[in-house]
Formats: sequence, structure tokens, C-alpha cells
Amino acid sequence: MSATTAEGRKFRKTSLHSQRLWALWGSYAALAVFVVIFLVPPFYTVITSLKSSAEISAQSGSPWMVNHPTLENFWYLITYPNFQTYYLNSAMITVVTVAVSMTISVMAAFSLSRMGFWGSQTLSTGVFLTYLVPPSLLFIPLFQIVGWMGLINNIWCLALLYPTLAVPFCTWIMIGYFSSIPKELDEAALIDGASYVQILLKIFIPVAMPGIIAATIFAFTVAWGAFLYPLAYLYTSNQMVLTVGIISDLIRGDVFQWGKIMAACLLASLPPIVIYAFLMDYYVAGLTAGATKG
Amino acid sequence: MAIGASRGQSMRRFASRKSTTAFLLCLPLILLVGCFVVYPAFYAIYLSMLNKKMTAFVGLGNFAFLLKRHTFQLVIFQSCLFAITAVVLKAFFGFILAHLMHNIPGTTQKIWRGLLLVPWVIPLALSTLTWWWMFDPSYSAFNWVLNQFGLDNVPWLGVGWIARLCTITVNVWFGTPFFMIMYLAALKSVPEQLYEAASIDGANARQKLFFVTLPMMRNIISITVLFSLIVTFADFDIVRILTSGGPQDQTHVFATYAFQIGIQSGDIPLGAADSLFMFPILAFAAFFVLRGVTQRTKEIAA
Repeated sequence: MSATTAEGRKFRKTSLHSQRLWALWGSYAALAVFVVIFLVPPFYTVITSLKSSAEISAQSGSPWMVNHPTLENFWYLITYPNFQTYYLNSAMITVVTVAVSMTISVMAAFSLSRMGFWGSQTLSTGVFLTYLVPPSLLFIPLFQIVGWMGLINNIWCLALLYPTLAVPFCTWIMIGYFSSIPKELDEAALIDGASYVQILLKIFIPVAMPGIIAATIFAFTVAWGAFLYPLAYLYTSNQMVLTVGIISDLIRGDVFQWGKIMAACLLASLPPIVIYAFLMDYYVAGLTAGATKG
Repeated sequence: MAIGASRGQSMRRFASRKSTTAFLLCLPLILLVGCFVVYPAFYAIYLSMLNKKMTAFVGLGNFAFLLKRHTFQLVIFQSCLFAITAVVLKAFFGFILAHLMHNIPGTTQKIWRGLLLVPWVIPLALSTLTWWWMFDPSYSAFNWVLNQFGLDNVPWLGVGWIARLCTITVNVWFGTPFFMIMYLAALKSVPEQLYEAASIDGANARQKLFFVTLPMMRNIISITVLFSLIVTFADFDIVRILTSGGPQDQTHVFATYAFQIGIQSGDIPLGAADSLFMFPILAFAAFFVLRGVTQRTKEIAA
């Protein structure tokens, strides 16, 4: 009797174990399928960017392979003045947007999470609702407003408008991070005679650094990838940013220089990819906290 | 007595000074949102009631005109089809992916997550260009694969329904990773004891999913779905780049149609009216997102 129970237990254990192992390998296999599907477009971007125009138009063999890899597309773009302008414009606008958005949102989040004033609760809710306003809802009245300011076809109109897309969410996640800092910390500093500015600069910003990084990446993503505003408000190549410059410059009428377009996409996607490769953890933490904390 | 009064006064002054500083710190935010979000929103309502040259007030004429137009009826249909189908598929695949990720040990999770997040990391306007190239009528990489299996060419972006499916596919490809990370975070926050308790009570995997996991994740699921509904409904990049609304205006969504009539054809009031049609749905979703988030905050606090 005792032998049978022991046997039974042993059997149960191995079956559980093998079940878990099956689940594990099954998960790996399914994930691998998803990864392959997800990476098809980026893979094809890389493949095409390595082909010469002649090889693309020859259409011989599989389009998924490169027969004569060449870097001529990349070289063309790097030495192409227009492309350099787009890259510089994108970088400039992104840096300004990130700096402006972070300054505005850190100050506001500090005030809303700690100091408070008449109506600050309403303002917090309002900030969250602003985050839910998509750019495509307001781009037509903004076209008029940008026109009044004389900023149509002026790249600086983006520096004014991008913060409206970044600031609400940045403020929202910063409120979450700031609220999680124990009150005792700033009370102690206040008793020691620190001013609010000192508390913000010396306690809140260093302690909430992960949140600051997450918000910065968000502002960067918005400014680097935005497409609608530059498409609607800019039309000469010296004012364009990467997302619209690539389309308007490398597609002339019916001539699609796909090798160069794909190389340009690759070069333009590099900054976000590099940033995400290093700081993904912070961003994911901030993003998931943003929807769950308040 | 005198000391008490002066102390009260200085305390009051301190409080007022504190709230003044607080207000000043918020002032840039208020100005930014006021000038470039709140004001344009009201201005859009005013604009939508003018005639094309913006010289006369036409009341709700633009809205009525749009509703009667066949193209605009297609836009309403396609916007809803695009948003609902894409969000349901993203939620479904995101849920599966989150579960698969949850099954594998934490050490390798990061690498898999990194690979799966690639579609979401590349700026959408750029990755859509690649999709466009893969759908290209004469050099289509997909058609080459189909030909290898002996199938005929598919006119990917040339026929209404196929083009609609293509725009949805690109959106699902781009948005699924976002759902995955949101759900994965939610899955990780479900206490392990609940599953143990369920196992002791003899629950099978399906029962655990329906009676433990889903109720615990309900709030996050609704927040993510509604948020994604807003973003997808207002999407511009994919349709603009892939099809520009064609063939025969069958893939236009509100945003691309507003761009075409408002910016390209120069009928700004009509474009503003078109954009405003999005507002009821966005407001509806935003209301429930806000309610979900406040509930969630209370749950975490409790």
C-alpha cells in the first residue's frame, strides 16, 4: 500500500514536471513565431537598404535576399545635404521639445503633487484628459493659429506644438512618481529651512530619476516620430524633419528610390532604437505606472 | 493673544505664498494647454460653422453637408471598422503574448520583450513606409512569396477591402507590443496566492484564467483598450502613407479625410467639421478611461 502511494507520488511529480517543461517550450516556440512575424518589416528594411537601385529594379530572384550588398544608399544619404538638414532639424526640434516639456511638466507635477492650490485637483484631471486629445483632432484650428503667428513653413512651430503632445503625459507620470516620495522627506527638509525650489532640485528630481527618464523618453518619442504636424505645416525642404522629409524628397512623382528610402528609414530609426535598447526598463515601468497610478 | 494673532497672520501669509508659488509653477502648463489645446478646441467649433471662404456663418451646414456625402459615410464606416477591428485584434494578440511571456523565466524575458517591442519602437511613419514597399504592386515582396506557393498576385492596396485589411494589419503589428507590456505588468501584479488557492480548490487552467486572471486584470484591460481605441480611431500616419485614402476613398478615416479637405483642398471649415465628428467617440472613451484610472488608483491606495 505504501509502495503504491510512493509510486503514485513519483508519477505525479514527473508528469507535473514534464507538463511545465512542455508549457515552457511551447511558450518559447509560440513566442519565436511572433518574433519572426514582428521582425519581417524591419528585416525587409535592412535587406532593401543594402541593394543598389539596379538590383531592386532587376527583380531577379528573391526580394528577401541581397545578391550584391552595397552601402551606396547610406553613403548617398550621409553626403546628401537635404538629408543632413532633415536630420539636424529633427534633432534640434527634439532636443528643444524634450527640454521645454520636461521643465514645464516637472514644475507642474511638483506643484500638483505636493503644494496644491485652489483648483489643483481639477487641473490634474484636466491634464490627464489633455493627454487623451489626439493631434488629429485639433490640427486644422492649429493650422489657422500657426498661420496668425506667421509660423507656417517654419520649423519652430513644431517646438511650440510638440510640447502640447508630450507635456500632459509627462506631467501625469511625474505626479505619480512624486506622490510616491514619502512626505517625511520634504517635511524634514522644510524644517531644516529648505525652500521649495531646493526641495524640488535636491530631493524630488534625484529621487524620482526613473520617472524623469521615462518622461524624457516619452517626449523624445513624440517629437522624433510625429508625422501629422510637420506634414500639415511645413512644405519646403530646408524646414522639414525626417518623417516628412524622407517621403517628400526620395519619392519624386512615380519614381520611388526604395533602396534609399529604406536606408533613410533605418538611419532615422537609429536614435529611438539606441535609446530604447538602453533605457527600455525605465520606459516600460513609467508607462505601466502611468496607467495605474494617479 | 497678540503673539497668537501675528502667528496666525504669518501662517496665513505662508499658506498664501505657498499656493501662489504652486500656481506659478503650474502657469507654463496652463498657458500651453490653454493656448494650444483648449483655445483651438473652441476655435474648431467656431470654424466648423463658417463657409469655405470663412466669410459667412452657416451654422450646422457643414455637418449636414458632410453627413449627406457618400464619401463621408464611407469615412465613418471605415473609421469604426479600422478602430474596432484593430483594437480587438491588438487586445487579443497582446493578451496571448503577455501570457506566453509570463510563462518563461524572468532572465530570458527581457531579450524576448526587447525583440517583441521592435515594431512599437520604430517611428510609425517610417515603418509604414516599409509596409508600403512590401505591398508595392509591381515589386511586392508578399506577392513573391505567394507566387512561390503557386498563388496569384494580390493587388494589396488597389482593392478597397484588401486595402482596408492592410491598414488594419499594419496597425495591429504596431500596437500589439503596447498591449503586451501593459498586460504583462498586470499579470505580474496578480498575487501568486490566488492561483495557489485556486489550485487547492481544484481549478483547472481555464477556470484560473476566467475566475482569477481576468477579474484581476479587468481594470487594466479596460483602460488599455479604451486608450488604444482613442489612439487608433484618431490614427493618421498609416492610412495617409499606405493609401492616402484610396482606392476610391474607401480607406479614408476621419483624420486623413480632414487633412485632404482641410489642408490640401483648402476648405478649412469643412475639415474642422470632419475632425469634430471624432469628438463624441473620443469623449465617450476618455470618460471611461478616466473612471478606470481613478478606480484603479483607489484600489492601489486601499
